[in-house]
Amino acid sequence: MKKSVIFGALTVAGLAAGAAAAGTLDDVKARGKLNCGVTTGLVGFAAPDANGNWDGFDVGVCRAVAAAVLGDPTAVEFVPTTGKTRFTALASGEIDMLARNTTWTFSRDVDLKFTFVGVNYYDGQGFMVPSELGVSSAKELDGATVCIQTGTTTELNLADFFRANNISYEPVPIETNAEAQQQYLAGACDVYTTDASGLAATRATFENPGEHVLLPEIISKEPLGPLVRHGDNEWGDVVRWSLNALVTAEELGVTSANIAELSAGTNNPEVNRLLGTEGSLGEMLGLSADWAKNAIMAGGNYGELFEKNIGENTPIGLARGLNAQWTDGGLIYSPPFR
Amino acid sequence: MTTMTDPPKASFRLSMLVYDTRYRSLTFQALAAVALALSFLYLGSNLINNLRAAGLNISYSFLGAPAGYDINQTLIEYDSQSSNARAAVVGLINTLIVAFLACITATVFGVIAGVLRLSNNWLVSKLMALYVEIFRNIPVLIWIIIIFTIMTAVMPAPRAFRGDEPEASMLFDAIAFTNRGVYIPAPVWGPGSMMVVATFIASIIGIFAYRRYATNLLYATGRLLPTTWPTIALLIVPSVLMFFIMGQPIGLDTPALKGFNFQGGIKVGGPLIALWFALSIYTGAFIAENVRAGIQAVSKGQTEAAAALGLRPRRVMNLVVLPQALRVIIPPLISQYLNITKNSSLAIAVGYADITATLGGITLNQTGRAIECVLLLMLFYLTISLCISAFMNVYNNAIKLKER
Repeated sequence: MKKSVIFGALTVAGLAAGAAAAGTLDDVKARGKLNCGVTTGLVGFAAPDANGNWDGFDVGVCRAVAAAVLGDPTAVEFVPTTGKTRFTALASGEIDMLARNTTWTFSRDVDLKFTFVGVNYYDGQGFMVPSELGVSSAKELDGATVCIQTGTTTELNLADFFRANNISYEPVPIETNAEAQQQYLAGACDVYTTDASGLAATRATFENPGEHVLLPEIISKEPLGPLVRHGDNEWGDVVRWSLNALVTAEELGVTSANIAELSAGTNNPEVNRLLGTEGSLGEMLGLSADWAKNAIMAGGNYGELFEKNIGENTPIGLARGLNAQWTDGGLIYSPPFR
Repeated sequence: MTTMTDPPKASFRLSMLVYDTRYRSLTFQALAAVALALSFLYLGSNLINNLRAAGLNISYSFLGAPAGYDINQTLIEYDSQSSNARAAVVGLINTLIVAFLACITATVFGVIAGVLRLSNNWLVSKLMALYVEIFRNIPVLIWIIIIFTIMTAVMPAPRAFRGDEPEASMLFDAIAFTNRGVYIPAPVWGPGSMMVVATFIASIIGIFAYRRYATNLLYATGRLLPTTWPTIALLIVPSVLMFFIMGQPIGLDTPALKGFNFQGGIKVGGPLIALWFALSIYTGAFIAENVRAGIQAVSKGQTEAAAALGLRPRRVMNLVVLPQALRVIIPPLISQYLNITKNSSLAIAVGYADITATLGGITLNQTGRAIECVLLLMLFYLTISLCISAFMNVYNNAIKLKER
């Protein structure tokens, strides 16, 4: 609400915007389209392909929610947001949900009045340097010029890290990932720092990815996840359980390949409840019975989305690591569908 | 008996508020004022109600909290543990620096281009016309980004200076042009250096005294003393003499490549240069048009009369035309200065830490206090602009036509 209030006060035209608080689920259904905030372009997470279709790991979450609510994974309007504009866009009702590798922090949750519905990627802040500099640890970066996306938690972590290690640096604040990439490649900064996943994604787009190394230090916890406005719990539940459905599907072995077969009915009651052949979970959310089935069919389960967009066989090449299922020793864990 | 009746007294009736032309305009003005006040009241109460509904309040306590981020150009002491208020002041100083530098260079560009555009030399005047038309018809944000991008792409990175046979080398072994900025030597003030500085200031005062004396002599006796050579000599000779008498107290700290960057000397950052240059060259084009308009506003008879007195063209321009043209040039020049100051808020496009980038950017983002930050920003820009305006108006009053 907050940002819509400012614009409402500053511009007369903003008067109409204030009403977006309650009933987001009904709004989305009435509109027939989900407005989903994503990055302005980070390959693997959210970027338009050659045909202008958005694709990526975060985009997969948007499509799953759209499929769960509207039954159509393409009924999404993608709104590119920068680190600075994303919260304003969400608070003002311009977008219904934000899936833009956004770190879940106390102050964003409590003070900025948002609700993080879960974590779809456990990340941490890392550093990338050209290998010709011969740097092997972030602690050797004394005096370096560091490119950093402004308006992010990384900006504060960076200041804390250098201060704690008693070394100096010179920040170059940058608005978007693309600009940062350009500055970094031109040598206007020695180091580029952002979430390690983002660094891997950026490096994958370089002409010679092998000439750049990611330093071993991970200097922060960055749990990235989708978020919605505070105070609309029905909508928050829809997004939260759409994400959980993808995670549970992987845990139960439901994939986009076998889902048609499984939705005919199985001996596993949890699979049946998830896919809507048993119980009334969809009705409780105010959605159709096959909501979760639609969400999973949109792009596959959590594991499939991961492998397809950012996994080890993609140019980005991220290992599952912390993002493996809890059964495989990772942190990805969904509450039960019951 | 006749009854004397007074002519009917014009007693005030309510209907006169609408039908009487004496009151009608007042009525409508009052109504409009009330409507305006009510609409602002509505917007204000809407704001307060919505804030309360969201459980938020207006509070400036965040200004005292540690900012938590670092800034790359700080003229006063600042680190990430300093308060948000201090970060705002750092930004304010950076805004003032770039605005001040750009106002000076824009004026220089503008006056040169404006005068040359009226030149009889076809090529020169057309070139200046080309400059004006190209630069004032493309948005300044695009100029800022173009200049910055070219700088980063064309200039060598600091690591190009490394090695036995580096790809890039420093100018005079003292000045390094890199894509992060220009590193220039910084003066080191040794003991006795204050004497040199004092001599320098004294010689500047001396120059003004000499020029005033020359002018008075010219008016009194008609004898023309040379001014150019004595001015240059006065400016340089005493200071240089004092420099050697005191045993060369001022040294130079030249930048040298150490670690990742050049260390030592003074760094003029790439963003500052790009922003400064873009603002100057863009606004210079507008000022050129003001100057041209001002010169053309001086009637041709003035030029012809001055020429008939035997004044050479340069003196006609300096002594007759420009002083009169200034009366036309100054008022629009003030608004160009205000434009420069306001346009400097585009600094964030190239990562220059002005007040919009610190208070209105990072602080706003990290604290989420948008209304408070934007209100403060408005206050800052309003204050700066009003100060520039007041200062320039004083100058304008000094040079405008004195009507007696």
